[in-house]
Amino acid sequence: MSKVDRIIDHYSARVYKNRKLHIIEKTDDNHEIAANTRTIPGIMTNRGCCYAGCKGVVIGPIKDVAVITHGPIGCGFYSWGTRRNKARGDENTKNFVEYCLSTDMQEPDIVFGGEKKLRQAIKEVVEIFNPDAIMICSTCPVGLIGDDIHAVAAEAEKLYGRKVIAFSCEGYKGVSQSGGHHIANNGLIRHIIGTEERAPTKYSINMLGEYNIGGDAWEIERILKRIGYDLVANIPGDASIHDIAKAHIAHLNLVQCHRSINYVADMLKDKFGTSWLKVNFIGVSATIKSLRDMARFFDDPELYARTEQVIAEELAAIQEDMEYYKSKLKGKTAALFVGGSRSHHYQKLLKDFGMETIMAGYEFAHRDDYEGREVLPFIKEDADSKNIESIKVEKDERYRLYLTEEQYERLRKEIPLDYYAGMIREMEKGTIIVDDLNHYETEEMLKVLKPDIFFSGIKDKYIAQKAGTLSRQLHSYDYSGPYAGFNGAINFGRDVTMGITTPAWGLVKAPWKTQPILKGQLQEVV
Amino acid sequence: MRQVAIYGKGGIGKSTTTQNLTAGLGEMGKKIMVVGCDPKADSTRLLLGGLAQKTVLDTLREEGEDIELELIMKEGFASIKCVESGGPEPGVGCAGRGIITSIGLLERLGAYEADLDYVFYDVLGDVVCGGFAMPIREGKAQEIYIVASGELMALYAANNISKGIQKYANTGGVRLGGIICNSRKVDGEKELIQAFAKELGTQMIHFVPRDNIVQRAEINKKTVIDYDPSAAQADEYRALARAIDGNDMFVIPKPMKQDRLEELMMEHGILDA
Repeated sequence: MSKVDRIIDHYSARVYKNRKLHIIEKTDDNHEIAANTRTIPGIMTNRGCCYAGCKGVVIGPIKDVAVITHGPIGCGFYSWGTRRNKARGDENTKNFVEYCLSTDMQEPDIVFGGEKKLRQAIKEVVEIFNPDAIMICSTCPVGLIGDDIHAVAAEAEKLYGRKVIAFSCEGYKGVSQSGGHHIANNGLIRHIIGTEERAPTKYSINMLGEYNIGGDAWEIERILKRIGYDLVANIPGDASIHDIAKAHIAHLNLVQCHRSINYVADMLKDKFGTSWLKVNFIGVSATIKSLRDMARFFDDPELYARTEQVIAEELAAIQEDMEYYKSKLKGKTAALFVGGSRSHHYQKLLKDFGMETIMAGYEFAHRDDYEGREVLPFIKEDADSKNIESIKVEKDERYRLYLTEEQYERLRKEIPLDYYAGMIREMEKGTIIVDDLNHYETEEMLKVLKPDIFFSGIKDKYIAQKAGTLSRQLHSYDYSGPYAGFNGAINFGRDVTMGITTPAWGLVKAPWKTQPILKGQLQEVV
Repeated sequence: MRQVAIYGKGGIGKSTTTQNLTAGLGEMGKKIMVVGCDPKADSTRLLLGGLAQKTVLDTLREEGEDIELELIMKEGFASIKCVESGGPEPGVGCAGRGIITSIGLLERLGAYEADLDYVFYDVLGDVVCGGFAMPIREGKAQEIYIVASGELMALYAANNISKGIQKYANTGGVRLGGIICNSRKVDGEKELIQAFAKELGTQMIHFVPRDNIVQRAEINKKTVIDYDPSAAQADEYRALARAIDGNDMFVIPKPMKQDRLEELMMEHGILDA
């Protein structure tokens, strides 16, 4: 029986047929995987909701914006500070990332509509916090009763003289949090990017889809600044709305998390002509490759030299630590199940330490994240994906191309410009790729594949650990980080080494493994 | 205590029929409460002589949960207790949720006194969502009367409402008590409604003829029995009240397929006209 079949063998025929399309073993040619479809009812999925994707992921990290969750208190409370997207304010920039603001809708607000309460909440937020902008994220009941949050936002924008942007990101929309990313992306393009100006410098760039979990963005920014890049905006980790507003002036956009931000990247290209480069700052070798690809884009001798100088210095500084952790981790195997990019990115970092990835999966990715963007024209739209608004932007009067057509065509052959190759291509033959892994399959996978470490999130970390397998959270980094860039790699090496060399969970034996849990007596029946 | 819900297509005359009918029952000495389940809050206007009171939901919004029953319940003609559920302005909020909230609140406030003979629910239009089915869920109203006329859309609506009743019949124990024909003077109306009722497995409990005195009484904010006790139409409502009071035919309706409903209309010549 194949590894895949051993994981899903116990399913009923109907479920088996469905899940079989979402779990594949890499061979020489097969690449197709089912993704971005509804989870089967009854299956314990790790996925989040549309609101989580919009508010929790994309909008939440913008620091000088007050984000109001319009709905009953639970959605706001449970999305409060759970993603570890760090932010720092200073004398010029406010920081509201520590706050959670909610309209706390009650029964009368459901019956009579919640617009009045939302207006009041905006008024209070302006009076108490005086934020640079306000964003409103709606929860399920708001969509059911039809509060016109966009009209309230437009009215408040006039009244208070600052941006007020509403997002109809009701949790039930779409099949996962992915729909929320798209809705948030649409809002950034429609209402923010291109609304403020400043002059670009020689190496003006944006970083897209970097959320500053555990301080990742700060480590990346440190490296980019050493080389001499002008980071216009990091969207959205630790970002000021005023930086995002100027993002259109950059010459190049770097895309870290393809899944959650590719809509902004594509629309910036269509509207302002800015190309994007797929980068990965997770892993030493991946970081170096990304830096070299960036230098290739600008094609400037001075920049090439500076890039190589910084790489050499950074490598020298971490060399000893890298060798030490590699000696502890070499040959260990890992399974990864995270979001829509990390499962790919972290394979590079693991490889730096001589570790092998035997399974990788995404919670909410689409087929292009697995198979590469060339599948985009062949992805069949269904009712769920059509239900999420997809906007088409026109060329702006500020549209400009940095590269000549000839340069562009040549560069596309050398670096991932406006292109993502997906995760599967870079995985080894015989490894498992899984979409929307669930709790049952997690348990089976651990038994069948026996990885030394399972990288996942809070929802299944403890299942793995109680089964004796070390688990680390790649959504939140278990209160550690940063893991990006050169210094982050060392933090990661240290954390994983600590776990691997302290196999406490594997030494614990559950009482029912050693003692009987049922007692009975034999009685002779005559 | 019999709990009765009146359903029917929007504009068919549910509120008018309910109030005139309860006036008849009141005249017979029955103790009655009428609960209006329409956001417009006009279901008890004729019994109270105008829109006189605060709705349950308005009170809930203004006073919080601390509500006195007398704030929301007023006595009208023949000592009939009148309550309006109320609800949001058109186009905002959720009227269905409003009905669920307000009936729950009435129960907790003790509005359902033991010595009531009847509670009538006058429910808005079609059973569009779970909220409007509230009076027939969880064993609240045990009997339903559907107000209909010989017009096509009125029968469509009545058939749809029967589907709702059928759905809740097994869990909530609700039954259909009959069809009240509120005549629109359509040709062959009485026979059509009788045939329609029979097909559903129920009865036409009364045929209320069309009479302009109903409108005159309404302009004066009164039921017909109150406005002109000696009018022939007042006797019609008294007859309807007696029929309901003496009714013992309660069924789980068998709603028709669309085709059969249209066939029935053909048989009675409506579609030809």
